[in-house]
Amino acid sequence: MDFSMIWALVIMGGLGVLFGAGLAVASRVFAIRRDSRVAQIEAVLPGANCGACGAPGCGGFAEGVVEGKYLVNGCTVGGSEVARKVAEIMGTEAGDTVSAVAVVRCRGDVNACPDRAVYQGIHDCRAAVLIDNGAKGCTYGCLGYGTCVTACPFEAMRMGPDGLPVVIESLCTGCGECVRACPRDIMELMPRDQKVFIACKSQDFGKAVKAVCSVGCIGCGLCANPKTVRNEVITMDGKLPRIHYEKVEHSWEDLKLAVVKCPTRSFGVRGGVPEESPEEEPVSEEPAR
Amino acid sequence: MFRKSFTFRGGVHPRENKFRTEHLAIESLPIPGQVVIPLLQHIGTPAEPIVRKGDRVKVGQLIGEAKKFVSVPIHASLGGIVVVVEPRPHPLGIDVLSVVIDRDETDQMPAFSKDPEWKTLSVEEMKFRILQSGIVGMGGAGFPTHVKLSPPPDKKIDRLIINGAECEPYLTSDHRMMIEQTDEILGGVRILGKILNVKEIIIGIEANKQDALKRFRKKTAGLKKIQVFVLRVKYPQGGEKQLIKAVTGREVPSGGLPMDVGCIVQNVGTAQAVYEAVCYRKPLIERVVTVTGPGVIRPGNIRVRIGTPIREIIAFCGGLAEPAAKLVHGGPMMGISQYTDTVPVIKGTSGILVLDKKTANQPPEKPCISCARCVDVCPMRLMPNRIATLVEYAQHEAARLQGLFDCMECGSCSFICPARRNLVQYIKLGKAVCTNNTKIAS
Repeated sequence: MDFSMIWALVIMGGLGVLFGAGLAVASRVFAIRRDSRVAQIEAVLPGANCGACGAPGCGGFAEGVVEGKYLVNGCTVGGSEVARKVAEIMGTEAGDTVSAVAVVRCRGDVNACPDRAVYQGIHDCRAAVLIDNGAKGCTYGCLGYGTCVTACPFEAMRMGPDGLPVVIESLCTGCGECVRACPRDIMELMPRDQKVFIACKSQDFGKAVKAVCSVGCIGCGLCANPKTVRNEVITMDGKLPRIHYEKVEHSWEDLKLAVVKCPTRSFGVRGGVPEESPEEEPVSEEPAR
Repeated sequence: MFRKSFTFRGGVHPRENKFRTEHLAIESLPIPGQVVIPLLQHIGTPAEPIVRKGDRVKVGQLIGEAKKFVSVPIHASLGGIVVVVEPRPHPLGIDVLSVVIDRDETDQMPAFSKDPEWKTLSVEEMKFRILQSGIVGMGGAGFPTHVKLSPPPDKKIDRLIINGAECEPYLTSDHRMMIEQTDEILGGVRILGKILNVKEIIIGIEANKQDALKRFRKKTAGLKKIQVFVLRVKYPQGGEKQLIKAVTGREVPSGGLPMDVGCIVQNVGTAQAVYEAVCYRKPLIERVVTVTGPGVIRPGNIRVRIGTPIREIIAFCGGLAEPAAKLVHGGPMMGISQYTDTVPVIKGTSGILVLDKKTANQPPEKPCISCARCVDVCPMRLMPNRIATLVEYAQHEAARLQGLFDCMECGSCSFICPARRNLVQYIKLGKAVCTNNTKIAS
């Protein structure tokens, strides 16, 4: 009887058992103890790897939370829901978090704020500002080449018809990539439960603003007047008003008069002016972004 | 006699277009009624204003003080009253704090007399006079000259190269100065040579300026120390690193400076300004500017006071001709287009160019066809196509490894590109992103 086949089986089988035992030992001896919470946290994170939290990606953030480097509510994209789940895994309280939403703080479209020069070059705002500080009439205004749109990892932005970007709020996660991309800081994050924002960044005097833009804030201070808003919800910060969101109780009612009275209509209202507004609407054409 | 013409590898041959002004003698602009003098006309820290609104200033009076080493003082170029000190449009783009002076009856150019003892000055005294006069590189970049003349002691400088290439198309201001102010330039060259204590001084002039070459040859005949080299007509022959490669064969290492290979390059205009600063103690308050292009009625080489608004110079040149479409500060290759003609002439203004619609308009950008022409012409031996594409797709680290920061933005690649890619603009963008310099909120 030929035993050669048996020998082959024995040798190969023996080797298999040997290596298997080796692997079993190695898996015990060289095991890296990974906190099971990291995997759990990673599972509840959105998984977009946007980097808004400061970590290179969701995995990095999850490790960072376990190590104590990041707060449990550090994921702006996930908002309060994710923060609650992460806190649960970590056994702590998430605290109050309000998710953020990006807004375009400029209303100077191609009609309101025409260009002062013809720009021929690559379609990137950051490149355009390197030449004579951009071709836009207002040196604080939105250049309209869509660098924020390209930067958005969630496809939550598009270019509007008049040269201003539009945020699609249902898709916006408040990660802040557009804020980092914009060379003029036109993009800004604001609390999602708020309605009103100041849609102008110009630090120029009123006359200079008027010369280049018909919807730019002239810094008149009417909105910051105690007769317009109570409780100093709006104060003047340099030549621009600033809304103190922490003092706002009713996102629309508290600020309604300021929006309505603004002579240059420089306020932006997310979702538009509510219809039940009893006054006549001076803010007629779509002020919402 | 056959003479070898020196050059470097790569480069392009744009139409020279120097015919409009190269035979025209330098004229002086009538004294303007108002000047706008930016406090930043150089690379480095801006000067700090030491005059206020309402002050009366004299020609040559110090109005901006240099507080840091890499900075130069700024002087009044007009006698009169300071109207305002405020940010004004600047030819390099962003608004810069500027001193605006209205001329009044007290305006008079002081008689700068030759200091009889200038030859006995020590090196330090000469350098101090250069600093005090606010001399910067007149070729365009505007690097403070006193900084360039103070290499660290471990860098041995054995060659001074005087740049008379003027390779930018259209521009002829250096050319005319070389013809009309040969002695002053050579005086400045000797001063620079003395300060740096070099064995050899090389004056490089492109072969299309035969009259200037002849003059310099005649004046330097018999001098062992000073040699005149003919450079091949090619852009960017006047680039610092290209010039060094052409006349010495040395190559400046990546990220290095000319002093790393024992060379210092100075422009002919700078040499002339140095001469006036050391011998006459005259601050840098005027310069020669070429006003040219198809959009100007009467092109010319004009000596103007620093701070003169470009509008007045163009008006002196007969105003804008019919086809005028684009105003460029500097030459067509590296110059910066302007949105307003109120910007002033600064120390680095070598030319004012008014292009017509046909020349100025760029056809739209098309995708790269990988023809590698830009690779052929790049004088820094980079791959502009690759760097630009990497920047376009936000791979900035990869672009940096490809030599992003070695690019000197000469524009040869954009000039040659058959797909009309804005290669240099991508590279400039990449540099801005890599240095975290994109947030230019004014």
